[in-house]
Amino acid sequence: MFTQRQPSIRKKASIGKLDLIEAAPKLNIEINRNRIARRLILNNSMRIVFLIATSLGIVILAILLYRIITDSIGWLNLDFLRGNLSIFPERAGIKGVIIGSVWLMLIVIPVTLVLGVSTAIYLEEYAAESRFQTLIKVNISNLASVPSVIFGLLGLAVFGRMLNLGSSILSGGLTLSLLVLPIIVVASQEAIKAVPGFLREASYAMGADKWMTVRKVVLPVALPGILTGSILAMSRAIGETAPLVVLGIPTLILRIPNSVMDDFTALPIQIYYWTLDTVLTREYANLAAATIVVLLAILFGMNAIAIIIRNKFETKF
Amino acid sequence: MINEEKVLSKPIFSVNDLSLWYGEEQALKKINLSIANNQVTAIIGPSGCGKSTFIKTLNRMVENIPIVKVDGDILYHQKSVFSNEMSVEELRTRVGMVFQKPNPFPKSIYENVVYGPKIHGIKDKYLLMEIAENSLKRAALWDEVKDRLKKNALSLSGGQQQRLCIARALAVSPDVLLMDEPTSALDPIATGRIEDLILDLKQEYTIVIVTHSMQQAARISDKTAFFLMGELIEYDDTQKIFSNPTNKKTEDYITGRFG
Repeated sequence: MFTQRQPSIRKKASIGKLDLIEAAPKLNIEINRNRIARRLILNNSMRIVFLIATSLGIVILAILLYRIITDSIGWLNLDFLRGNLSIFPERAGIKGVIIGSVWLMLIVIPVTLVLGVSTAIYLEEYAAESRFQTLIKVNISNLASVPSVIFGLLGLAVFGRMLNLGSSILSGGLTLSLLVLPIIVVASQEAIKAVPGFLREASYAMGADKWMTVRKVVLPVALPGILTGSILAMSRAIGETAPLVVLGIPTLILRIPNSVMDDFTALPIQIYYWTLDTVLTREYANLAAATIVVLLAILFGMNAIAIIIRNKFETKF
Repeated sequence: MINEEKVLSKPIFSVNDLSLWYGEEQALKKINLSIANNQVTAIIGPSGCGKSTFIKTLNRMVENIPIVKVDGDILYHQKSVFSNEMSVEELRTRVGMVFQKPNPFPKSIYENVVYGPKIHGIKDKYLLMEIAENSLKRAALWDEVKDRLKKNALSLSGGQQQRLCIARALAVSPDVLLMDEPTSALDPIATGRIEDLILDLKQEYTIVIVTHSMQQAARISDKTAFFLMGELIEYDDTQKIFSNPTNKKTEDYITGRFG
């Protein structure tokens, strides 16, 4: 086998090329056939291990979906989507809840896109490589992994109390914006970084300044990546509960919000409250399940859009 | 060394004692040379000799690398390119550049050509179309693309992409065209077309071309500069360099003894 003969190869290699060719070791076909057979067995068993690991996740997800969907059957219908909240389960609908979530998105989308993309452009295109810039980058990455309840506390202190916005849509929207801002910054940075340097070079060589280059070359190429990241960040925001609970969103609101200063409730928080109150009224569990289905449908839809954008508009060089 | 008797009456570029460092490492050592109007000047030399660095200092593209330090001066039309009189943006409008690898924008052919005029403020659609047609004709690409100007530039072949990049550079009417090994990524036929094009363009533009191929330098250039380890070894008429070089190192290089 190879191992036994290798030292002699090394010695001969220093003598000359011809010697090396003569000393080329030969594999023992019989021994090697056994080894290959053993390796193939290991190969197959590893495949099974990985398959089990993968299916475990899928099975748990399937059980979850099955339970939620069976619980929601009979409760999830058009009346449920169109109706207002009520303390009587049979009459309760989530129109106001969906509208609350839409209002939140109307705050989160513009705020995070403008702030997030601007930050990413500044960090990637304008800020020279310096310790300060590295410090900011590391901190933004760290912020992305701060627990959401902390952002809720920050939102409560700054927007709720200091700016006196209470538990309004504006207050909730800004809190959620803070929460997903780091995610959008990081995603946009990655998308901008992925724009090949030779495109920037081409633009600068034509006498373009930085802003022109960013606007006309970098952003159009980075846009699919930025949008994909943003949509994923939005689906995080639309499903977050903890920050809104901390803000003190009222448990039952019968009025549908129609301005950013109104109090509101949103899908995840309504799921949370209904689940909590299941001890009082058992049917609330079904309402929560039906709302979860609606939320999941929205999330899957957003993820699908993100995948479509990525596949369809990304430029390959 | 440098042929002092043939001092050019009106050089477009005069490079005086130009030195350049990447951090601690010196890439150019006291370069002195003049580049004449409406001529093709070839820069040859082995890899890492500083030839690409040199032409990138002519339009100050080299300064995009943050650790670069430059000493000495470059006069463009008797004016220092480093002075405040001329912005980098203006310099690069008048001194265009074509890169080693074709780098069209992932936009339509038309949008690629009018990129320069547009960023410099031309909005008139008819004027832009006229510029596009004119530039594509000069780059000998018009006949091949006139029916598909709205198609994505990345759908063109490598050679067509490179001619598109030349058209794009010409669209802002520069008077110098810097070419950094423009044919190194192309097949021989596409290379031949670019070389023919360079000979045509010479009537109206001054061309400085970095090339790895000595045959290419011999075929298309009027003057040749030989760089080695960041130094300008010899600069003379191309014919003289390739038939009777003064410096032993130049002779060794062009006869293929190294590099």
